Formats: sequence, structure tokens, C-alpha cells
Amino acid sequence: MSIDVYKEKYIGSINEVVLGAGVKSLRIGGQSCYPFYLFEGKMPNPPRIAMEILDSTPDNWPDALMQIYGGEVDNPISWARKCISDFNAEMIQLTLIGGDPNGKNRPVGDLISTVKEVIETVDIPIVVWGCGNAERDAEILSRIAETCTGKSLLLGPIEEKNYKQISPSLISNGHIAILSTPIDVNLSKQLNILAGNIGIPDEKIVNDPTIGALGYGLEYTYSVMERGMQAALVQNDEKLQYPIYCNMAVEIWKTKEAKAVDERMGDVEKRGMLMEAVSAITLFLAGAGVVVMRHPKAISLVKTWIEKLIK
Amino acid sequence: MALSGIQIYKYLPKTNCKDCGFPTCLAFAMNLAAGKVDVSACIHLTEQIKTELEVATAPPIRTVVLGNKDNQVSVGGETVLFRHEKTFFNKTGVAVLIADNEPDEAIDGKIERFNHLRYERAGQELRAELVAVQSKTGDPSKYKSLVNKVTTKTDAALILMGSIDMISPIAMGFQNSKALLCSAHADNFDEMVNLAKESGHALAIKGKSPDELNLLAEKAASAGIKDIILDPSSGDISKALEDQITIRRLALAHKAKGLGYPTIVFPYEMANDLMEETILAATIIPKYAGLLVLSDLQGHSLFPLLLQRMNIFTDPQRPMRTDEGVYPFNNPGPESPLLVTTNFSLTYFIVSAEIENSKMPAYLAVVDTEGLSVLTSWAAGKFDGEIVGSMIKKLKIEDQLHKKVIVVPGLVAVIRGELEEELGNQWIVKVGPKEAIHIPAFLKSL
Repeated sequence: MSIDVYKEKYIGSINEVVLGAGVKSLRIGGQSCYPFYLFEGKMPNPPRIAMEILDSTPDNWPDALMQIYGGEVDNPISWARKCISDFNAEMIQLTLIGGDPNGKNRPVGDLISTVKEVIETVDIPIVVWGCGNAERDAEILSRIAETCTGKSLLLGPIEEKNYKQISPSLISNGHIAILSTPIDVNLSKQLNILAGNIGIPDEKIVNDPTIGALGYGLEYTYSVMERGMQAALVQNDEKLQYPIYCNMAVEIWKTKEAKAVDERMGDVEKRGMLMEAVSAITLFLAGAGVVVMRHPKAISLVKTWIEKLIK
Repeated sequence: MALSGIQIYKYLPKTNCKDCGFPTCLAFAMNLAAGKVDVSACIHLTEQIKTELEVATAPPIRTVVLGNKDNQVSVGGETVLFRHEKTFFNKTGVAVLIADNEPDEAIDGKIERFNHLRYERAGQELRAELVAVQSKTGDPSKYKSLVNKVTTKTDAALILMGSIDMISPIAMGFQNSKALLCSAHADNFDEMVNLAKESGHALAIKGKSPDELNLLAEKAASAGIKDIILDPSSGDISKALEDQITIRRLALAHKAKGLGYPTIVFPYEMANDLMEETILAATIIPKYAGLLVLSDLQGHSLFPLLLQRMNIFTDPQRPMRTDEGVYPFNNPGPESPLLVTTNFSLTYFIVSAEIENSKMPAYLAVVDTEGLSVLTSWAAGKFDGEIVGSMIKKLKIEDQLHKKVIVVPGLVAVIRGELEEELGNQWIVKVGPKEAIHIPAFLKSL
């Protein structure tokens, strides 16, 4: 008697999406089994980690992170370079916090210059993540889509409120949409259908389920992802067969537990690293195709873990 | 395959005598099928039928209870592969390994950390529950004194690891708490089964594969052992994941009686250091491990692990609730405002974090809305002006506040009028932001 007695029957698979362009482009998705269940299916493309940089100096990052990057955090171009040269980043998420209308509210032109400079400096796939304000992001992301043709950028978060404004330039310039919904399988499916109707090709869509941090609702994200995987792979629900993109790092590092000085919680830096790494692997176990992370050592712990599971 | 009520009914006397507490034999049968009553409630069954029924109605995975009444550790008892299908019932038990060949300082350190590294969160205590005491020196008196140390200095449930010569005297002498004997395998099987039978402790069975485990566990069960833990001794994380999945699936599909037990994993055997070990432990917590043994407990490693465990094992149907009451932030005084929110723990965490971040002194009143969030509880009629008002009055917080400013969440601005009526004109009711992230700016503007 062996596992063959009870293998899962999969009839669907996750779409493949190519991130970035050129030699360093990355292919994600394509799996035909639950995450890492390689004894009964295939994962042709390993999941990936995007390293996060900001368009302007972070104002609330913990010391542990600031020290790793040193002065580089003041300049996204040198910061991006450091991620590649020192930390082997395979893809980078550039988060435009400067676009926040309640914060620095940088003009679109400035944001576009920053994005273009970073794109020209590196050859790995780039994700441009907006400021989180749907109206502002509608303008920012569509303008970036126009001015950065041929780079196959991932652009997000694109949500029900602004996908119509962003889609035209995203589609005509060959970028990838990160469609974001608030931890709800049905809303995710709905937005995927709307995006398809407006003309975004399947191979240019990934889904952001919205992340609850470790200790702050991680299980909601985890379960909505598992439900989506089941529907996609076992029921062949085509409208849930998009790779999952998890903008995780910001949620972990903003919690007080990632920064608190408390001897019972151990060394602050190591604890933050493990909070980030444990959260990341939990999301990969639920089916994440890409997880955004910040701490280089947490990233390397997770990369090693992925390699061991997909060997 | 678990029996249905109708199938169970066939075994019963069909006299409707009511001795079991149910009006009819059919009612008893239905309740037995649903797991709501024990077979032993019917006193009119022969021993043979009783045993047959017990076996036929047993849950797919046994619940094994270790420890004693002060620290009861239940593992197993699971019924689903995905938590969203119902819930995961019994969180993975976490143990720390202490070997008798470790220096005294190291041993004392681990014991101290076992006792000290505990965290309070949403009314629960997060902690490690077990100590795996390992015989490495081969010296029975050294092993015995280590076991004594652990039992006198901690409330840990015990895992006794070592050869049968080492653990046998301990097992027989140790009767006020249920331990796990670790472990039986092909070479010492009969003696270990006897020891488990005589001592009454639970038995871990180590096998090279789920197939071997299935055979050995069935053998142990036929010998009368009920509390079994399975160790597939997987060797690497990829195999470990596969083994845990195989065992859980076969057990739940009722395709392998010998696999209907909780599992145990030793992540340190697959890792080079504690960081790696923590990641491996975090892999098998959501993926079906019943018990896991860590080489050490350190705050930076244990805390993230216990948080993950808490999240994964939260019942999706019963979200965590915070206790009702008034919580102070940033040393508030009589001039500080009072914010109001619901007792859904996630809401509480997010709102309280923003108040803390703001560094502005304030009070936060948590209203019992049965664990529902702000909008949901308002829609259900559990969070309106009357309810908030009467809770505020009940708490008598007005005595502590000179400047009685109360802030309602922006999403339920509509309750403002009703709350003003309920509280009277001593209070000023303000409407706060809709998103918690705007709380700091709001507090500064007050």
C-alpha cells in the first residue's frame, strides 16, 4: 500500500506569467499540484522572492533593516544596485511611498523619473507598487505604464476602483497587472473576470489577496489562498488560476512585535528576520508565486528552504 | 469507514429502554454517529459488540492526551486536510530537547527558558508544552536525576527518549502524568509495547515509511495500545512534508487504520542551526505535525513559531476575541480621549497598534460584539449608540475623565446621535477616521 492509494486528482493548473524582459526575466506559475506536493504533480517554475526598496528614505523602518542598507536607502538607484550586488536579488519591488497624498505627495513626473532611473540601472524584473491610494495610483501607474514600454513591469496594487483607468496603458505597453482584492475569493474571481473583459491577457495577470501579518490575521490570507488553490487545481476554476503575489514585507515590519525590545522575544534583529521568514514560508505553503521581503538573511533562509523542497 | 446512525442501530438492542439517556435506540445511534456520546453509555451491549462499535465509530485520528491536569497536552483528533474546511482542533505540541549529557548550565538554561518564554496574546498563553528528556550517557542514574529535575522545576509533559533499559524504570515509576515513550521500532517492538501496556504511557512508533508505520501501529493496537504517536523519521524536509501529507490523507480517508494517530517530528535532525530549524518547524506546523521537538528554546525563534501556530490553529468560525474593558495607551490622564471599538481581536490589534504608534495618550474601550468587526457588528445590531452608551456607563469611566470626549469609529458615524442621547450632555461624541491608519493624525488634531 502506498501513497498511490490516495493521490489528489488535479484537473487544472496555474497560468504561467513571464516577469520582466530579456535574459534575467523570470517565469512563475505553471504548477499542476498543491504547493510543493511534487510527489503528485509538477512545479515547473520555483516561487520567487522580490526584494523591496522605496522611492524615498523610509521613515519607520526598524534599525535592523536600516543598518543593513546603510546610506543606500536615501537613493533608490544605489539601493537597487546594492540589492543585486550584495544580496543577489532576483527581482525588486519599488514601492512609491512618495506618492502618498497624505505624505510626501511627490508629483507624478518625479515618480516617473525615479522609476525610469531604477529600470535603466538594473536588468532584473521590476515591480512598481503604488502608494495605496486608489485615485493617485490610477494616475501614477497608468503614466508609468506609458513611459516604460517593453519592460514587462508588474504594476500594482490595481483594484476594482481603478483598473479601468490603468488597463489601457498597461495592456498596450505589455505590462503585468497585480489585481488586488481584500481577502475574498469571490471578489478576486470577479476582478479577474472584469480584467479579462477589458482586455488584459491571462498571462499578464497576477493576484494579490491582501496580506494579514503574522499575529494580525495571517490565517485569513493563508486560507483564502488555499481555497483559491483548491478551486483552481481540483475544480479547474479558470478564473482563479493566476499566480499569487504577496506584498508581505511592509505588513510584518510595521508590527510592534517586529521592533519591540523585550528580552522574552529575544534579539530584535533575529526575531524580525524569523517573523519575516516564517510568514513568507507560510504564504509559499499556501501557494504564493512571489513574496516581497526585506531582510537579506531572511531571504536567504527562505531561498534555501525553497531549493530543498523543489529539488 | 465511520458508521452512519442507521448502521450503528443494527448493533443495538432496539428496546428503547432510555438507560443511555436518549429516548430511543435510534436517537442514541444518531448521537453516537455524530460523536456526541460514548458507546459505553449503552450498558446492554456485550463486550464484543461494544468493542466492535468502539472501533467502528472511532474518529479517523486519535486524540492523544499527554501531561497532567495542570498542563494537559492534546494532539491529534483532526478531521480535515484544510483548516477552511472546518478547523484544525489541536495545535502542534512544542517540546524542547534536553539530553543528560549536556552540561548543567545548558540544562538549567533550557529549563529556565521553558518556564520563562511565555507570551500573552488575545487572552491566550503562548508557550512550549513538553520537554523531551533524552538518555545519551547510558547512565540510568544520570537520566533519572535529569527527569527529576525537569518534573520538579517545570510543569512539562514528558517525552522519554532513550533505550528501553533507560526509560523503563522511569516509565514505571512515573504515574501522575502521561508521558510519551520514545520510541518503539522494528528491533525493540515487543518489549516497548509491553512497557507501554504496563506503564500506561503513550507509545511513539518509529518507522522507515508510512507503510511500515501502518503495520507496526496496527500491531500495537491489536496488543491493546490506544495512545500511539507516529514518527516517520523522514530525514529531510521534502520527505517530511510528503510523509505528513500521506499519513493525514490516508487516515482521513480511512484507508490505513494504523495511520490514524498524531505524528511527531524532530526538525533539528534536518537542520544545521536554530534559524533553519525554526523554518522547518514552521513548515510542519500548518502541515499536520502533532508534536515537534526543538533543540532549544530561544525567544527570537520561539515567538514567531508560536504566533504562526496560534494563527493556523485559530478556528475560522470563531475569530479571537479580546476581553471587554478599557485599555490605557501612552499613559493617559483625565484629559485624554476615549476611543471605542469592538472586541474582534484583529480590530483590537490594528486599532491599538495605531494608538500606540501615535504616542498620544488615550483610552480604548473594547465593547463585546461577540467577536464581530465594526461594520459587521453594527449591521447585526450589536454595536449601536445604546449598546456603547450602556457599556460606558457600566464601566464608570466618566469618574476618571474630566474632559469627556468619546470617539466612535468613522465607519459607524451614524451611531453618534444615539450615543449622545444615551450618555447625556456631559459627553462630547466625536467621529473618528474610517481607517485605523489615520488614527495618529486624528488624535493629534483633537
